[in-house]
Amino acid sequence: MKTYDEINEKIASKKAVVLTAAEIIDYVDKKGVEKAAQEVDVVTTATFGPMCSSGCFINFGHSNPKIRITEAWIDDVLAYSGIAAVDLFIGATQLRHNDPANLDYPGEFRFGGGHVIEKLIAGEELQLFALSYGTDEYPRREIRTTFTINDLNQAIMVNPRNCYQNYNVAVNASNKPIYTYMGKLKPNMGNISYSSAGQLSPLLNDPFYKTIGIGTSVWLAGAHGHVYAEGTQHTSDVVRGINGVPEEGAGTLALTGDMKEMDAEFIRGVSLKGYGVSMAVGVGIPIPILNEEILKFTTIADRDIKAPVIDYSYDYPNKTGKTLATVTYEELKSGTVNILGKEIESSSMSSYEKALTIAGILKAEIEDGKFYLAKPFKKLPENQKMKSLSVKD
Amino acid sequence: MKTRKLLLTFNKNSVEKPIVYHLVKDFDLIINLYRARITAEEQGSMILDVTGSEKNIADGIAFIEKEGVSIDDAQKSFRWDEQICTSCGNCLTHCPVDALHIENKKTMKVVFEPDLCIDCLGCIDNCPYGACQSIFQE
Repeated sequence: MKTYDEINEKIASKKAVVLTAAEIIDYVDKKGVEKAAQEVDVVTTATFGPMCSSGCFINFGHSNPKIRITEAWIDDVLAYSGIAAVDLFIGATQLRHNDPANLDYPGEFRFGGGHVIEKLIAGEELQLFALSYGTDEYPRREIRTTFTINDLNQAIMVNPRNCYQNYNVAVNASNKPIYTYMGKLKPNMGNISYSSAGQLSPLLNDPFYKTIGIGTSVWLAGAHGHVYAEGTQHTSDVVRGINGVPEEGAGTLALTGDMKEMDAEFIRGVSLKGYGVSMAVGVGIPIPILNEEILKFTTIADRDIKAPVIDYSYDYPNKTGKTLATVTYEELKSGTVNILGKEIESSSMSSYEKALTIAGILKAEIEDGKFYLAKPFKKLPENQKMKSLSVKD
Repeated sequence: MKTRKLLLTFNKNSVEKPIVYHLVKDFDLIINLYRARITAEEQGSMILDVTGSEKNIADGIAFIEKEGVSIDDAQKSFRWDEQICTSCGNCLTHCPVDALHIENKKTMKVVFEPDLCIDCLGCIDNCPYGACQSIFQE
């Protein structure tokens, strides 16, 4: 048994023993749970993939004369200004003004909020265009200027839903191609698309939220951020398999971090043909090995994690709740899976390679005494169901 | 027998020349033509495999150049930018020849093998990050 304080002391003296969630599997196989739980202090988990419910608040400071912004565009992408005078919120899926969207189906969706945020973090110059109706103390009615992240007072990423515990696996059972947030799906189940880091994914390594809760410190694209709330659509009352690992979407996290500390390699604008724009987010979360039980949860391997195969041409849009089959991430990562007797080529929207890189960076930061653990001050909700929206007549 | 992949670039003066006909008839080369395009500015690009004896290929290339058509390395028609690629792998099921593939299942890193690429452009629309580009894309 260890405490957060004991582990943090070891980190401070650069003596913490840290393994990634991929390395821990073989390590425990070799050493056994009891011995490994004594030796290992932290297991690092990570994920990298499009996470639509992401965005950031920025503050410009005041111009002379002052403006109270009521409408704003950054690089022609609408930013939400219904807050204080020079505060804005940029959402990841906001499409650039005048983009034809799906008028010429399937649309290309080349640029949007996610791309703006990537440019900001990369230190590139962006254009602000904003309007106002003018008031006595904020007389300016229009502003057009350029800026970089260094000109901003604050640029704080605030992502209402990241790190889905598990995720759907998408196929298209219809006879024409469809374009989704899981990529282009070929007709007659011509391909299959998944989106999870599997055995590296944070909440799959802590299925009952024993260490990841509100207040947990996280590595958010290079910044040292934290979990600020349960993620939207957080659902813990779900079907669970080996180790209690959910076999469907389940838990989510709301994350925040300072964009001035971030690396643009891990925040990327995403263009999904026929669907829209989004943003890929790289997250690393350390799991303190407080006891054997927590260690055991981190030994989950791709072969033990199952995900539901959903038909995105009918069952997903019509919310039928039907699952065609269940597959493991080991099968999905092999490149082909067998669904209903048919061999189907598989591919991913989430990058395991980037997740592995992040788990390695976080491991190195903890070993070097640069990243500390934070004990959550509140647990994520357990036994929570997902509500649906009923359309009233 | 050897096979070489060539990217031919035609200018305004050479764009109407029946190069492929002569490669077959005069140099006994087997042609596998992947993609050809003429722009509104009357410039043309063509990507093809030529198969034949080493001498015939060399003579064929000399003929092409004499006709005022320039030859480029084939991979210059299609470009995969490793720096932009995140190795998500969304392209994999859209690459019919596995030119884009994963070599090591432990790292899941996406790699590109230019010699296998047939310029179908299937990956370009399906890359969320814009890592794949071709001179043949619209």
